Amino acid sequence: MNASGSFSGSFSGTDTYVATRELSLAVNAAITLQRPLLIKGEPGTGKTLLAEEVAAALGLPLYQWHVKSTTRAQQGLYEYDAVARLRDSQLGEARASDIGHYIVKGVLWQAFEAETPSVVLIDEIDKADIEFPNDLLRELDRMEFYVYETRELIRARQRPLVFITSNNEKELPDAFLRRCFFHYIRFPDRETMQRIVEVHYPGIKQALLREALEVFFELRELPGLKKKPSTSELLDWLKLLLAEDIPPEALRSSDQKLTIPPLHGALLKNEQDVHLFEKLVFMARRGR
Amino acid sequence: MLVDFFLHLRARGVKTSLQEFLVLLEALRLNVAGYSIDDFYLLARTTLIKDETQFDRFDLAFGEYFKGIEALPGMETGIPEEWLRQAAKRLLSDEERAALEKLGWDKLMETLQQRLAEQKERHAGGNKWIGTGGSSPFGHGGTHPEGVRIGGRSENRSAVKVWEKREFKNLDDSVELGTRNIQVALRRLRRFAREGAAEELDLDGTIDGTARNAGWLDLKLRPERHNAVKVLLFLDVGGSMDDHIATCATLFSACRNEFKHLEYYYFHNCVYEHVWRDNVRRRTERTPTVDVLHRYGRDYKLIFVGDATMSPYEIVHPGGSVEHDNAEPGAVWLSRLSDAFPHAVWLNPEPEAHWPYRESISLIRQLLGGRMFPLSVDGLTRGMRELSKA
Repeated sequence: MNASGSFSGSFSGTDTYVATRELSLAVNAAITLQRPLLIKGEPGTGKTLLAEEVAAALGLPLYQWHVKSTTRAQQGLYEYDAVARLRDSQLGEARASDIGHYIVKGVLWQAFEAETPSVVLIDEIDKADIEFPNDLLRELDRMEFYVYETRELIRARQRPLVFITSNNEKELPDAFLRRCFFHYIRFPDRETMQRIVEVHYPGIKQALLREALEVFFELRELPGLKKKPSTSELLDWLKLLLAEDIPPEALRSSDQKLTIPPLHGALLKNEQDVHLFEKLVFMARRGR
Repeated sequence: MLVDFFLHLRARGVKTSLQEFLVLLEALRLNVAGYSIDDFYLLARTTLIKDETQFDRFDLAFGEYFKGIEALPGMETGIPEEWLRQAAKRLLSDEERAALEKLGWDKLMETLQQRLAEQKERHAGGNKWIGTGGSSPFGHGGTHPEGVRIGGRSENRSAVKVWEKREFKNLDDSVELGTRNIQVALRRLRRFAREGAAEELDLDGTIDGTARNAGWLDLKLRPERHNAVKVLLFLDVGGSMDDHIATCATLFSACRNEFKHLEYYYFHNCVYEHVWRDNVRRRTERTPTVDVLHRYGRDYKLIFVGDATMSPYEIVHPGGSVEHDNAEPGAVWLSRLSDAFPHAVWLNPEPEAHWPYRESISLIRQLLGGRMFPLSVDGLTRGMRELSKA
């Protein structure tokens, strides 16, 4: 290891983020051993949020790099703005003679340069080209890279804590995986879910919460849904329920098994799912 | 001691490397986790395993190693899900619970081995056999105070070890196929991005080159980018394929979006002298298979989609077809096709485990030189890898 970093304290969730024991252990292992942590899991289980919360909890600056299908690994290091230099040289500006003026620093460079340890988030790494992770092997392992234009070696002063999220759209290369810790955020069980809701809407009426969770988990169990509602959708839905001041009784009428929950649009985002759900409710009513 | 653990994991087919093992040791030295076995389990999983589809395998291997069970019989073959499925649970009173005698661990495992060996059928309730419900110490959902749970959900929270829950079981070899999954798999056939004559202006390259040239225009050209892969798709319709219509439709629409050069034909059970493009007019508008052989070049990738489930006569005998009197057996036509198109695979919607029991599947597999793959995400990926071999 070339650079030394020191992180004070360990992570065990924050006021706004509930971390299970598994998750805190993975984060702390990544902190202690200074290795990147790869996070996977269902959409909406708080993968991206984790980096923000860890940065906030440890009081470190956060550098975010959101990856798209067109993102290249080089962009995270630096880019050479050739157009600006061309224009300047046509105008006869003196600064055009120094190539260093046209190097635009990327997220990793900024993090490497920071005086304090920092947190870097590489979000949705699976969206980029298949070769993308391979191009970052040395950078993440040794925390250094070479700038060809200016012939200088950039090395991290403090090894940043790197979080990488993936949605599994592409497989990541083995060589890349070997360098990371890995954590799969599972869908929270009922107790964890209760804690999560508690954190987001303190003092939510117990009865409402209980009924809402009941409906939510029942909905997730429904076979054939294209997209199961996730944590973030539950939170949105609760926000709506609270805003509309819907009484707990409205969520469930005692004489029938299934009702269409109010504001279900927040939970089911897919037209076919809504249709399927309505059909099931209709059948349940008729079958009574 | 941990070296044995590592070797045990490798022996059980868990994909983990020496480098990761060293990291685990370093983490232990730095006291990242506490000293409990649960913490060690979590730490080992986060350092050694990088793929959630491997979690189940890891859980099994971990359980085996730390319980000192030498290869529990039935575990390698996998206890049938069906057999373990939750059945109606018998409720026991507290007195009855207390009355259940506590066997020691070793005795428990010993008896479990015996029972597993004796047991042949699914069994629920009762108090001797392994099954769901009931008060035998084996199986799950039961109420024996010291029960070992095998799969299933914890009902009484007496057997608590995380790895025994095997919660990641359904992540192992996901069979859920959506258009998106299929497309990601099909992308493996997308290698040859830019090839051919360089006739498109490479704007970035030109700007870059010009700038590097200190202002002298430096034109750069590059070949147009396109997916050059050509695909010939043969789909089985009717009969036993009815069960797989949804899967095949998804595959078909994904192929349509992915490949610019896609040609498709239908057949029934096995390919004979005619194929057709329109199922409604299959009697009137047929294409002789010979024409297909001659029309498309050898660079086309040939993909058959079918369950290959039929009478073996339909493949090996003239006149064996269920629909008409064919002059030449299907096997001849299959060989002609796979000779004409060296890159060929057969995708089979039937689960791979069923293949050995159907003679016709083995026959067709043999005819294609073993290049048959299940129509799952994993199988599709393997198939595409096979096709993209030069």
